[in-house]
Amino acid sequence: MKIAVCVKEVPDTTAEKRIDPSTFRLDRTSGDKMLNEFDKYAIEEAIRLKEAGAADEVVLVSMGPAKAVDSLRTGLAMGADRLVLVSDDALAGSDYAGTARVLAKAAESAGADLVLFGSEATDARGGVMAAAVGEVLGRVWITSANSLAVDGGSITVERQTDDGVDTVQAPLPAVVSVTKAINEPRYPSLKGIMGAKKKPQEVKSAADVGADAAQAGEAGAKTKVVGIETPPARATGTKIKDAGDGAQKILDFLIERKLI
Amino acid sequence: MPGILVVAEHSNGRFRRVSLEVLTKARELKGALGGPLAAVVAGSGVADAAGELGQYGAETVYVADHEALGSGVAAGHVDVVAGLQATHDFSAILIGATALGKDLAAALAVRLGAGLNGDSTELTAAGAGLRARRPVFGGQNLVDAEWTGGPAIALVRPNSFKPEPNGGSASVESVTPELGPVASAVKVTGRKPAEEGKISLEEASIIVSGGRGLGAPENFSYVEALAKELGAAVGASRAAVDAGWYPHPSQVGQTGKTVSPNLYIACGISGAIQHKVGMQTSDVIVAVNKDEEAPIFGFADFGVVGDLFEILPKLTELVAARKAG
Repeated sequence: MKIAVCVKEVPDTTAEKRIDPSTFRLDRTSGDKMLNEFDKYAIEEAIRLKEAGAADEVVLVSMGPAKAVDSLRTGLAMGADRLVLVSDDALAGSDYAGTARVLAKAAESAGADLVLFGSEATDARGGVMAAAVGEVLGRVWITSANSLAVDGGSITVERQTDDGVDTVQAPLPAVVSVTKAINEPRYPSLKGIMGAKKKPQEVKSAADVGADAAQAGEAGAKTKVVGIETPPARATGTKIKDAGDGAQKILDFLIERKLI
Repeated sequence: MPGILVVAEHSNGRFRRVSLEVLTKARELKGALGGPLAAVVAGSGVADAAGELGQYGAETVYVADHEALGSGVAAGHVDVVAGLQATHDFSAILIGATALGKDLAAALAVRLGAGLNGDSTELTAAGAGLRARRPVFGGQNLVDAEWTGGPAIALVRPNSFKPEPNGGSASVESVTPELGPVASAVKVTGRKPAEEGKISLEEASIIVSGGRGLGAPENFSYVEALAKELGAAVGASRAAVDAGWYPHPSQVGQTGKTVSPNLYIACGISGAIQHKVGMQTSDVIVAVNKDEEAPIFGFADFGVVGDLFEILPKLTELVAARKAG
């Protein structure tokens, strides 16, 4: 069995992020980048399945700028076997569905029986890609896995829902997203980091993986950003001294911010 | 392209609040976007409840009542909504951003070749179309987005709107779900309801955390009481965990968990860097601390300098009263 883990390079979660005011897109040219934290849980799960003999190859699949290889190599250092990065100027500005079509094609062309995702990316925070890719592939998709067991041609997943935990079974091939509760990702060893540089890292175009660029990128997007506003920065938060009305003031704030 | 469809979610004997919030908002949008305003509820044993959606403005409620739709697996819900869309051609499909709602919206957008704007906290009419606003980067920016072709699928963040009944009534129409291969292939073999008051830190949309300022392990009961009223998970700072006041799996920070809830309430936590890196991507941070020089006030959105043993019980009561009202 082959496993594809869909991964993403994101801005350093501790760095200031910036939207390019002319394109309304995230400025990906500046600042430190890293492998999306949530993806490490999916990579760890894939590596464990390989170590347990349930899989013979773990392929990292991604879409983004060619330079993203540097961040995504962390996954190779953890133990994934190779990386396929779809990088194509025509794909800039893809919406969710467009991105899903490209990732689906990339995972399919890597021969994956099982496609894994982290629960979301720390930049977009959408958490929708696993279901979208499953739909594109016409495969079973199961989200929010707290555990994943592979038995021959079927999988058993304990999945987190809003109401508790469901146990579900489904046949392979499948697309599964995992939660942070599924495991504790390993840190890459020094040997792993050194070895990662020698592992295959292919940068491909949309056409290389059989994706139709017209169905992705800005041309294929069905949503369009029309404006960005910057509310006052977090640093200028309100600080009050409790004069007996502190609790009420907190409640008023929560209501104003639509949190309650 | 006529009308708006609101996807309503029914669970544990009632509609989720977010579904009623979205329906209330849809009523307001109907003027600009054009009616009718319909709702759909898919589930198991939901037929009797469907009429309630009329009280919030739905003119027609489509009901797909089927055993296979009763779990949190969204695949069958996608089949139901896509089936309705094929016959009714709604211009907008509005969905609450629950776990099931997100899955549904994602797969539906692909199947319909439609655009999806997620995590919306505001929906407005833009001409004859829809505009959605979402906060990004922990609320650092607000992004306004539209759709370039219909139908417009929007996921709406819970608590964005206030649900208000308008005393209307709906005609209820039963639809027979035609479940696709994915819905048929995924078998639910077991269900374990969430333990009351126990919400995992990673999945929680609200976290109430306690630190050294609590003074003693038993005082975590103040944090737990507030968390329970808010439907929140309980977190702890490293100082509290190292002191043995709360178990390690609850630790937030560099050597604990990294969390990004919609709301993080830090109680008696100074906000040292080791804690900050574990929670600073939270959308909104509220802090209560008696030390007005505590670093947490440097990045909290709302901070109260005061005695948490006075403030927390009062806040717990106020939240309970608001929920009851």
